Amino acid sequence: MISQKKLIVSHAPFLHCGRSITEKSYHTLLAALPAAIAGFFFFGMPAVGVVSLSISSAILWELLFNTISRRKVTIGDGDAALIGLLFAMLLPATMPWYAVIVGTFVAIFIGKQIFGGIGGNSFSPVMVAMAILMVSWTDMFDFEGMLVAYQFDFSALYPLATLKHLGPEAASQFNCLDLLIGQQVGGIGATCGLALILGGIYLILRGFIRWEISISFLAGIIVTAYLFHVTDSQQYAGPMIHLLSGYTLIAAFFLATEDSSSPVNMTPMLLYGALGGVMTVLIRNIGSYVDGVVFAILFINCISPLLDKIRPKAIGKVV
Amino acid sequence: MNGKSLFGLIPPKIVYPPIANALTSIKAVSPPKRATFLIEDTIDSEENMAFKVGDAVKTGQKLALYEGATSYAISSITGKIVNISEYPGDFGKKYIAVIVDGAAKEEADTQFKEAATETTLQTAIDFLSALPGAPDFSLFGEENHGIHTLVVIGADKDLLMATNQYVTTTRAEALKGGIALIKKITGIDNAVVVVPKDQIQNYGSIGASVKAVEQSYPSALPQLIIKDVMGTVVPANKEITELGYCLFSAEAVAAIGTAMETQTLPTTKLITVIGKDGSPSMVEANIGTPIRSVLAACGETVGEKDRLILGGPMTGATIFSDEHPVCPSTDAIMVQDKDDVALVSDYPCINCGDCIRVCPVNIPINLLVRFLEAGAYEDAAMLYDLQACIECGLCSYVCVSKIPIFQYIRLGKYELSRVQAAEATND
Repeated sequence: MISQKKLIVSHAPFLHCGRSITEKSYHTLLAALPAAIAGFFFFGMPAVGVVSLSISSAILWELLFNTISRRKVTIGDGDAALIGLLFAMLLPATMPWYAVIVGTFVAIFIGKQIFGGIGGNSFSPVMVAMAILMVSWTDMFDFEGMLVAYQFDFSALYPLATLKHLGPEAASQFNCLDLLIGQQVGGIGATCGLALILGGIYLILRGFIRWEISISFLAGIIVTAYLFHVTDSQQYAGPMIHLLSGYTLIAAFFLATEDSSSPVNMTPMLLYGALGGVMTVLIRNIGSYVDGVVFAILFINCISPLLDKIRPKAIGKVV
Repeated sequence: MNGKSLFGLIPPKIVYPPIANALTSIKAVSPPKRATFLIEDTIDSEENMAFKVGDAVKTGQKLALYEGATSYAISSITGKIVNISEYPGDFGKKYIAVIVDGAAKEEADTQFKEAATETTLQTAIDFLSALPGAPDFSLFGEENHGIHTLVVIGADKDLLMATNQYVTTTRAEALKGGIALIKKITGIDNAVVVVPKDQIQNYGSIGASVKAVEQSYPSALPQLIIKDVMGTVVPANKEITELGYCLFSAEAVAAIGTAMETQTLPTTKLITVIGKDGSPSMVEANIGTPIRSVLAACGETVGEKDRLILGGPMTGATIFSDEHPVCPSTDAIMVQDKDDVALVSDYPCINCGDCIRVCPVNIPINLLVRFLEAGAYEDAAMLYDLQACIECGLCSYVCVSKIPIFQYIRLGKYELSRVQAAEATND
C-alpha cells in the first residue's frame, strides 16, 4: 500500500482565518495615521521629522537587536514601526533628535526585546520609553516651553498644565469642540481627538483591539473626574477636559490596548481599563505630574496578570 | 462560512454552511477490484488466526482476526485474501490490513442471516459494530452498562460535511427501524434525534424526540450536544458513555435498520467528498475501496504535496497515501491543494485573546499554550484545564501567531495518557 506520491501530513485544523500579526500591526498603523497627519498639519515639518526619525530608528534598533541576538529578523511584522509611530505621537514636535533615538532604544531594547520580543513584554514598550524619558528630561515634556516658537491660531497653553497650575477657572477657556478637532497644544499625534476616536472605532470594529479596555478606560476617566468635580468644583475640572486633552484618547485606543501587557478575559479587561482611567485622573488631580496617563498605564500593566486570574471556570473542569 | 458580524464587537462566528439541501444527487462508486479492510488488532500468533492468505471471502462476511475478538471488519466484496499485514494508525493505534482481491462472481455470506432470525443484543455486538457509521455496540457488552439514552446524531460535527444530514433527509424509514431495533435489544426507552436547526421541521414520527443544534460551529461536537441539547455537562475526566448516553451517527442507525429489514449487512458507506474548491459532493462507496478510486469517481485529482484529509477541515486527520481504504467511520474525505495548506509558525503568543473568546469551554488558552510549548503537560492539566478541551480546533483557526495550539493540546493529552498508563502498570 505504498504509493510514490508524497502528501503533506499535518494536524487539524486545516483552515486558518488568515489573520496575522503583520496584518494587525499595519492596520493599527493605518488607524493611528490620521491623528499623526493632523499633527503634521498643526505642527508642520518638525513633526514629520520626529515621526520619521522615531519610526526608522525603532525599526533599526529592532534590526540591531535581531542581529546581535542572532534571532530571526522580525522587523517585517510591523510591530517596531508601530512602537515608533505611537512613541512619536506622544512627543512635542520640537523634540531633539537624540531624545527620539534614545526613546526608541528604550522602547525596543528595554521595553520589548529583553523580555523576549513581541508577546513577552509585561509593560507597554511605548510607555516604558515615555516614563524613562519623562523622568530623565522633564523639560522636554513641557509642551508650552517646547512649542514656544510656534504661532498658533489657538491658545498656546497646554490644557492640562493650565488646569494643574491655574485651576478649572482658567481651563474653562478651552472649548470642547476645539479640543476635539485638535486646536490644542500637545503631543504630535495626541491632540486631534476626532482622528483618534475614528481610528479607535475602526480598530474596534475590525476586532484588532478589545472594546472593553477602551470603553472602560474612558468610563473610568469620566466617572472619576466627575466625582472630583462634584466634590469640589472650584478645585477640580469636569470630565470633558480630562477626556479631550493630554494623552487620554490615544491611551484609550492605542496604548492601554497593547496586547501582551493587557488582560484577555472580560471582567479583567473592564477592571483593567477602568482602573487605568481612575489612576489617570487621580495622578492628574492630586499627583504631581501634569498628565497621569503614562504612569497609570504602567501601573495597570503591572497588575494585568493578577487581574487575569479572574476567569470563568472551564466547562467540564474537574476540581 | 466565516460569518463575521457587521459590528466587530460580537466575535465572528463560523457557521455550518447549509449544504445538505444542495446535495440532492449521489454518486455511486463501483465496487473495487481490490479492497482493504482495517481491523484494530495486532497479530499475536499466526497459527490461531481465523483466516489466512489464500482464504476465500464472501460479501458480508465477518472478518475477525481471532475467534471471539471484539474488533472486526465486514467484507464488502467477494474474493480471496491476498495479504494480511500490520498498518499503523494515528496516536500509536495498530491495525491489521486485510487485502482482498475481488472475484468475478459475487456471493453473499449467510452467517448474519442465520444469526438475525432472532435478534438479540449479542447479534448486534457480533455483527453490527462494523456497519457504516461504526456504531460501538461493545458499550452494551457488560450487564450493567448504565446507558439510559440513545442519541442519534443527525448533524455533522465538522464543517462542509453532510453525510448524516443526508441520511436523516433521505433514509427516514431505515432510521426509524434502526431506532426501534436498538430500543428493543438494549432496553433503552429514551431516544433523541439531534438535527441542525434549519432542518427540524422535516420530521414526523420517527420513534424518538427530535431536538435541534445551533448552526454555529462547533455546536455539533459530541460534548456540546450532550451539554446544550441534553443539558448535562460532560466532566473532563469522564467519557460520554459513562454519563449514560450512547451516541450513534444517523448513518449507523439507518444501517442497523436496513440490516434488520433485509437481513444482510450494508457494506456501502456514504461519504461527503470535499473538493479542492471546497465544494462538497455526496458519494456512496464500498467499505474498503481505496480513497484514490473514490476521488477519481468525483473527478478530484491528488497531486504531489497536496493534503488528503479523512473527516472535516477542523477535526479531521491527514493520511499519507491515497491507497488508504474507506473505513466504517470515514464520513468525509477532503482534498486540499498544496497552495491552500495553512501553515503554522514558531511566533510566540502575543496575548491577543482571540482564542479565549472563541473557546467553547472557557479554557485559558493563552496561558495553557505557554505550558504546552515548554512541555509542562502535568501543570497544564492541573492549572490550566488541558483535559477540558473538546477538540474543536478553533484556537488554532483564529491564532494570529499561527501557533499550532490544537496540535500542542492533543500532544499534551496523549503524553499525559502515556504517563498515566505507565504509572498504572508500575503500581
